[in-house]
Amino acid sequence: MSRLRTFAAAASSVPITLFGLVLVTFLIGRVMPIDPIIAIVGDHAQNDVVEAARLQLGLDRPLAVQFWLYVKLLMQGDLGRSVMTSNPVTRDIAQYFPATIELATVAILIAVAIGIPLGVLAAVRRGSWVDHGVRVFCLAGHSIPIFLLALIGLLVFYATLGWTPGTGRSDVGLEGMVPDVTGFLTIDALLARDWESLRDACAHLVLPAGVLAYFSMAYIARMTRAFMLDALSGEFVITARAKGLSAARVIWRHAFPNIAVRLVTVLALTYAGLLEGAVVTETVFGWPGLGQYLTISLLNADMNAVLGATLVIGLSYLLLNLLADAAYRLLDPRVR
Amino acid sequence: MMTRPMLTSPMLTRPVLTRRAMLAASAAIVTAAEAPFARAATPAGVAVMAKQIDDVISFDPAESYEFTNNEVDGNVYRRLVGPNPKDNTRIAGDLAEKWEISADGKEFTFHLVKDAYFPSGKAMTAEDAAFSLHRVVMLNKTPGFILTQFGFTKDNVEKLIRATDAATLQMSLPIAQAPTFVLSCLSANVGSVVEKATVLANQVNGDLGNAWLKNHSAGNGPYQLTQWVASDHITIDANPKSNIPVGNKRVTIRHIADPSAQLLMLQKGDADIVRDLTPDQIKSVKASDGTSVTSSGQGSSVYVAMNMALPQFQKRQVLQAMKWAIDYDAIATNITPNTYVVSQSFLPSGLPGALTDKPFKKDVARAKALLAEAGYPNGFSVKMDTSSASPYGDIAQAVQADLAAIGINVELISGEQKQVITKMRARTHEMAILYWGTDYFDPNSNAQAFCANPDDSDASKLRILAWRNHFKDDQLTAMVEDAAKELDGEKRIGMYQNIQKIARERAPFIILLQKISTAVLAKGVSGFVIGPLPDYTKYADIKKG
Repeated sequence: MSRLRTFAAAASSVPITLFGLVLVTFLIGRVMPIDPIIAIVGDHAQNDVVEAARLQLGLDRPLAVQFWLYVKLLMQGDLGRSVMTSNPVTRDIAQYFPATIELATVAILIAVAIGIPLGVLAAVRRGSWVDHGVRVFCLAGHSIPIFLLALIGLLVFYATLGWTPGTGRSDVGLEGMVPDVTGFLTIDALLARDWESLRDACAHLVLPAGVLAYFSMAYIARMTRAFMLDALSGEFVITARAKGLSAARVIWRHAFPNIAVRLVTVLALTYAGLLEGAVVTETVFGWPGLGQYLTISLLNADMNAVLGATLVIGLSYLLLNLLADAAYRLLDPRVR
Repeated sequence: MMTRPMLTSPMLTRPVLTRRAMLAASAAIVTAAEAPFARAATPAGVAVMAKQIDDVISFDPAESYEFTNNEVDGNVYRRLVGPNPKDNTRIAGDLAEKWEISADGKEFTFHLVKDAYFPSGKAMTAEDAAFSLHRVVMLNKTPGFILTQFGFTKDNVEKLIRATDAATLQMSLPIAQAPTFVLSCLSANVGSVVEKATVLANQVNGDLGNAWLKNHSAGNGPYQLTQWVASDHITIDANPKSNIPVGNKRVTIRHIADPSAQLLMLQKGDADIVRDLTPDQIKSVKASDGTSVTSSGQGSSVYVAMNMALPQFQKRQVLQAMKWAIDYDAIATNITPNTYVVSQSFLPSGLPGALTDKPFKKDVARAKALLAEAGYPNGFSVKMDTSSASPYGDIAQAVQADLAAIGINVELISGEQKQVITKMRARTHEMAILYWGTDYFDPNSNAQAFCANPDDSDASKLRILAWRNHFKDDQLTAMVEDAAKELDGEKRIGMYQNIQKIARERAPFIILLQKISTAVLAKGVSGFVIGPLPDYTKYADIKKG
């Protein structure tokens, strides 16, 4: 009951945080030195067209009124209409966000599957050539700019070896073949039992997800190593070893569960980072995701779209934090 | 209770890169690597184009005003008249097989072809053409002024533009205008003919089908719009009822923002045509076996504006000194090879009446003498707003260095392009470097923009470039107005040439460059020709070997 109450208290901060996020983003959008009308009607528009657009968007009203009207519509689930796509922002987000989630999820799965064992291995073999090798490998992944990794990936695996397809979510010949049900191309292809489209969608995921995974994996591996070194120096590990337990048992049954708590936080934040931060990867790979949508909206001063996308990303961050909190409480008996 | 470790998301700590740095570095990598041209093939009957298409807002010809949507509209819609394929500066009939113009230049009678079919199978009638022009005026979106500048209003347009029978369209102008001016405007995207019945069937709340036409089409061009996913792809399919033959049943334009990724797609055979390669990449591709490069001068210019609110810019000698201080050839050769060429007239080469000579060249002594004559022997300091996007930032630095050589100290203020435009529209800039694209293929568009300013007050109705820089020259304004009404086509061209010569002397604009649009075609691909305006670029003749 107490655990539930603590979780409810944490959850209650979500609306306040979201309100703050909306307010700050809204104000930034309104005070930036770009007239949003230019984005809508262009540089050449005549005055009557400019003024008509300003009136239509309610930009002639006081800032407080504009914000109140926005929040009122927001409460009804209406994020307004995007200037860039002419669609309701909710529809755009429903279209672009699944592409990002699909990419980020595959990336984090790959990153976890490789990063955690590598981190553990580096910690166990501390100071050995394995540890140094892992360090160099991770350093490269984390310090090389991601666009460079993406381009090298394209050059090697797509252009030279021909192992993976190029940019986009699917081949031109298969574009639009799968009915859009969930927005996740792999799931939609599965639902439609279109195996060729499924294979194609998975193939298109490999390279961008691999690049993102390498970047995230490097971070996860380094953090795992640090946590693991800390755990391995604990008295309970020395005791376990003294009791004659096998190395594997000491590592995976005694030391690892102790770092799981901290790892959950790392993974949650890394995943959240992937959801909002895959902009560069999406740009290089022509991946129609939320990051690219947000960037283009920002460059076009399409403020409804910027606000909507920011809100969704903020919400994702908050939810992942809440989930991490919940998992943290479940995994660590000391906070129960 | 234990504290959760404070961690920073890796995504938040990564180095911040500018778009320019990213593009430059990526270009260098891919160009240097030069993957072999081992072409697979795009699907048969499908032409795949890689292009930056994030500028698209609407495909409704009454609203479309950006490069990509205008280009697609040029393949989906037809107009009464269009550019003569052999000579873009002359108008030829398209949906109008012939026309008559009254002696006073106020009455236009168009006789329409009878075999232009919409995808619905219905033949176009004069009623469709009249409705199409009516809705441009009634909706009065951004490009609406191209028609409303002739005096058409929501109240009079139905009376002034009408179908007299199924194949005859009558257009009466409230005031006489130069026929070539009127016809050029009708050849613009706003002159596109839509199918009235289809558009009205999709009308919502009296919007004349505007919302529906944003992402659908109702034209009788060789293609029809099948799908647009913003910042992802555009698909157009052949109009099965059109009598214009097409080389490919489908054209897919994929949004590939990164030029290096475009180059890789070309090399791997995943794209037939790529549109946004960097100068270095174009150079490297030119040497590759089998590919071909096509390019065309565009109706867009890069210019430096000087706000005449500043006292120094009110002196003609200062303006002249600045024009003589710039090394135009060095900018074009070193910064914008293959993508921009030197142009020193507000009418880009290719537009009717454009002056193609280049009277200005770097002459430091002459520029210094002019500055001294103006009372600024030691120069002065000034701020210049510039877009940080390529190539404006580099051009701005070159201009800064050239002006420094004559004693003018320029402080660069770098920002987003729309930020620079916003500042210039508010007339709060000192100098700015920007581009200007002609609105329609007639000299009046740019002449009006750069020279006409009948009212310099904040209440002025015409607030284009001359107004934005406090350039009020009554003689030039009158010359522009007269030229727009001149009925004799040849005489009219001469008038614009005079206006350009005077503007070179007096206008606070240094015209630097004209844009060159370049596309690279994969091996075996031919027939793609870039027009001087986006809507003059045609896809129907693209052939894959």
